[in-house]
Amino acid sequence: MPDTPLIQVTDLVKHFPLGGGVLAKPHGWVKAVEGVSFAVFRGENFGLVGESGCGKTTLGRLIMRLIKPTSGRVMFDGRDIFSLPKSEMMLLRRRMQIIFQDPYSSLDPRMKVESIVGEPLRAIGGLSRGERRSRVATLLEKVGLHAADLDKYPHEFSGGQRQRIGVARALCVNPDLIVADEPVSALDVSIRAQVLNLLIDLQEELNLSYVFISHDLGVVEHICDRIAVMYLGSIIELANTERFSRSPRHPYTEALLKAVPFPDPHRKKEPAVMEGDVPNPIDPPPGCTFHPRCAYAFDRCRLEKPPLIKIVSNHSVACWLNAGSGIEGGIQ
Amino acid sequence: MTSPLLEILDLSVHFHTPEGIVCAVDRVNIALNSGETIGLVGESGCGKSVTSLAVLGLISSPPGRIAGGSILFDGRNLLALEGDRLRRIRGREISMIFQEPMTSLNPVLPIGRQVAEPLMVHKGFTKKEALELAAEWLDQVKIPAVRRRLNDYPHQLSGGMRQRVMIAMAMVCGPKLLIADEPTTALDVTIQAQILSLMVGLKEKSGMALLLITHDLGVVAQMVSRVMVMYAGQIVEAGGVSDLFDRPFHPYTQGLLRSMPRLGDPGKKRKRLNEIAGSVPLLTERFIGCRFADRCPYTFDLCRLQAPELTDVREGQVARCWLIFQPEKRSLNA
Repeated sequence: MPDTPLIQVTDLVKHFPLGGGVLAKPHGWVKAVEGVSFAVFRGENFGLVGESGCGKTTLGRLIMRLIKPTSGRVMFDGRDIFSLPKSEMMLLRRRMQIIFQDPYSSLDPRMKVESIVGEPLRAIGGLSRGERRSRVATLLEKVGLHAADLDKYPHEFSGGQRQRIGVARALCVNPDLIVADEPVSALDVSIRAQVLNLLIDLQEELNLSYVFISHDLGVVEHICDRIAVMYLGSIIELANTERFSRSPRHPYTEALLKAVPFPDPHRKKEPAVMEGDVPNPIDPPPGCTFHPRCAYAFDRCRLEKPPLIKIVSNHSVACWLNAGSGIEGGIQ
Repeated sequence: MTSPLLEILDLSVHFHTPEGIVCAVDRVNIALNSGETIGLVGESGCGKSVTSLAVLGLISSPPGRIAGGSILFDGRNLLALEGDRLRRIRGREISMIFQEPMTSLNPVLPIGRQVAEPLMVHKGFTKKEALELAAEWLDQVKIPAVRRRLNDYPHQLSGGMRQRVMIAMAMVCGPKLLIADEPTTALDVTIQAQILSLMVGLKEKSGMALLLITHDLGVVAQMVSRVMVMYAGQIVEAGGVSDLFDRPFHPYTQGLLRSMPRLGDPGKKRKRLNEIAGSVPLLTERFIGCRFADRCPYTFDLCRLQAPELTDVREGQVARCWLIFQPEKRSLNA
C-alpha cells in the first residue's frame, strides 16, 4: 500500500445545534461525530458500521464536504478539503462521489436518466451535449442497463435498477473514491447480491476505493478490507476484516456480531442479549459512552473516556479492559 | 390428529388497478397448529403481507378482492364472518404486530391507554382494571420504569420501545395466534435480538401460535420450525426449517440462500456473490409456465409451457418445480 492515504481524517467533530435561530441560542447540541480519526488508502475498501444514530452517515457526508465540520480536518490526497476555495473543490469533487441509500428519493423524478447520470459532467463542463450523451450511454451499459434507457424517467425502473443509475452517476466523472451510504439496504435479497457484485466488478476494473457505510455486518465483511465500528459518534474499534470477525476486542463489537441472526437453524442463538438502548447523543453518558450497556464495565469506564489505542498492527480499540486492550478470547 | 388452528385453503387475492388485475396471492395453502411457529419468507411484492392481512379481514375492497379460497380459524371460516363477529376474533384471538411501530401506534394517545384499549373493548374491563393489566404487560415486555411511562406518547419512545408497546398491545388479550409482519426489520441488530428473544419467551409462556413474516433468512433460521417460501404470489417451497436450509430444492430458495453474504467468513472477501439474475415479474402478467422461469438457471422447455404444482420432494417438504420430475435437467444446465 502506498504511504500517502487517499483520505486522512483527523479529529473530526460535528455538532448539530438543537433549536435556536438567527437571534436565539441553541438549547443543546447533538454530538453526531466526536473526534474521529482514520485513513483510507488507494484501492482499499473501508467499512463504517454501527447502529442508527451512531454518526456514520454524518461522517460520510463530512468526507464529501456536503456539510462542514465543527472542528477537525479531512485531507483528500494531501489537500485539506475544508480550506479549499469553491473552484478548487469543484475539481476535487470529480474524484469523490457518493451513492445514497434510498434509490427512490435520491433520483429527481422529473429528470431523464441521461440528465441524472450526466449531471456531474455538466457541472464540470468541457464536454458537448453529444459527447455527454455517449459517455452516459457507455456508463449505463457498464452498470448493466441499456443505452435505450437514456430517455426514460426514474419511475420506469425497479429499485435495483435505480440503484444502478445511482452507481452510474457516481462513476460518471471517473472518481478515485466512492462513499457508498447503505447502498443495498433498501433492496431485496436477490437484488442486493446483483448490486454488490456490480460494485465489486467496477472496483476491479477501475481501481476505486469505497468508504462503505452500512449496518449490515455480513455485507461490510464481504466487501471491506478494514472496518471501523462507531458508537455514539466515536470509533470504538478499528481492525482489518479478519481480526474484526475472528477476534473483536470491544464488548460492543462482540455484542453486535453475536446479535446478527445466523442463517443456520442448527446454530441456535445464544440467549445473551445486550440490554438497553443506544443513549441519546444530545446527552451522552460520561466516561466510556458504552458503559451503561457493557457487561464488563468497571469504575474507570464511568469516569474516563478510553482513547482508541493500537493493540497490534491493523487493530485498535477504545476500551479500558485489560489495560486498554479490550476483551480477550474471540468469536467461535 | 386434531385439526389445525389456522387453515388457509386455496386463498387467492386480487387487486384491481389501472394497469390491470394484480394476482397478489394465488391459491395459497397454509396450515398452522396450536403453539407452532411458521415463517413466511419472500421478497417485497411476493404476497406474504397480503396473505396475513387477508387472515385478519384487512384487505380493503376495492381495490382488493378475495378471489377464492377460505380461511378457517378454530373451525370458523373467517371470510364468511362479518362486522362484529370478525371484530370479536380480531385483536382478541388473533392479533398482529406490524413492521413500523411509529405508524401503527396512535400518536395522540398515551401508551398505557393504547395497551389497555383491547381489554376494554374485548373483555369489558373497566378503565382502571385495564390500565392496571396494561402496566403489568408493559412490564413483561421489559419497558423500564413502567409506572412513569404509562402516560408517555409514542414519540417519546425509541423504535425498540415502541415495538415492545406493540407487542404488549397484541398480547394483552391472550391471543391464540399472533401474526408478526416484519416485526424487527426497522430495528437495529442489537434491538432486534432483544425483541426476538422477548417474543420467544412470551410464546413459550403463553403457548400461542406464531406466523412470522420476514425477508430475513437469519431471523427465520433462529425462530421458526417450518418455513414457506413465496415468490410472485405463490408458495414455491415449504418444509421443516432444517430441511429447507440444508437441502433447499427450488432454484429460487437455493438462490436466496446462496446470495447472502454470511458473517464470519472473511476469507471470501471481495468475491462475487451468487446472484439471482433479473427481477421479480409484474403480477399483472398472465403466466403460462413457471413464474420463476425467466430467472432460473435450469429452465427447460416444459417450464415455459406449463405451470408446475406443489409436489413432494421428500417427507414434509414440497416444491413447485418441474425438476422434481426431471432431475437430470439440473445437472445439464448447471
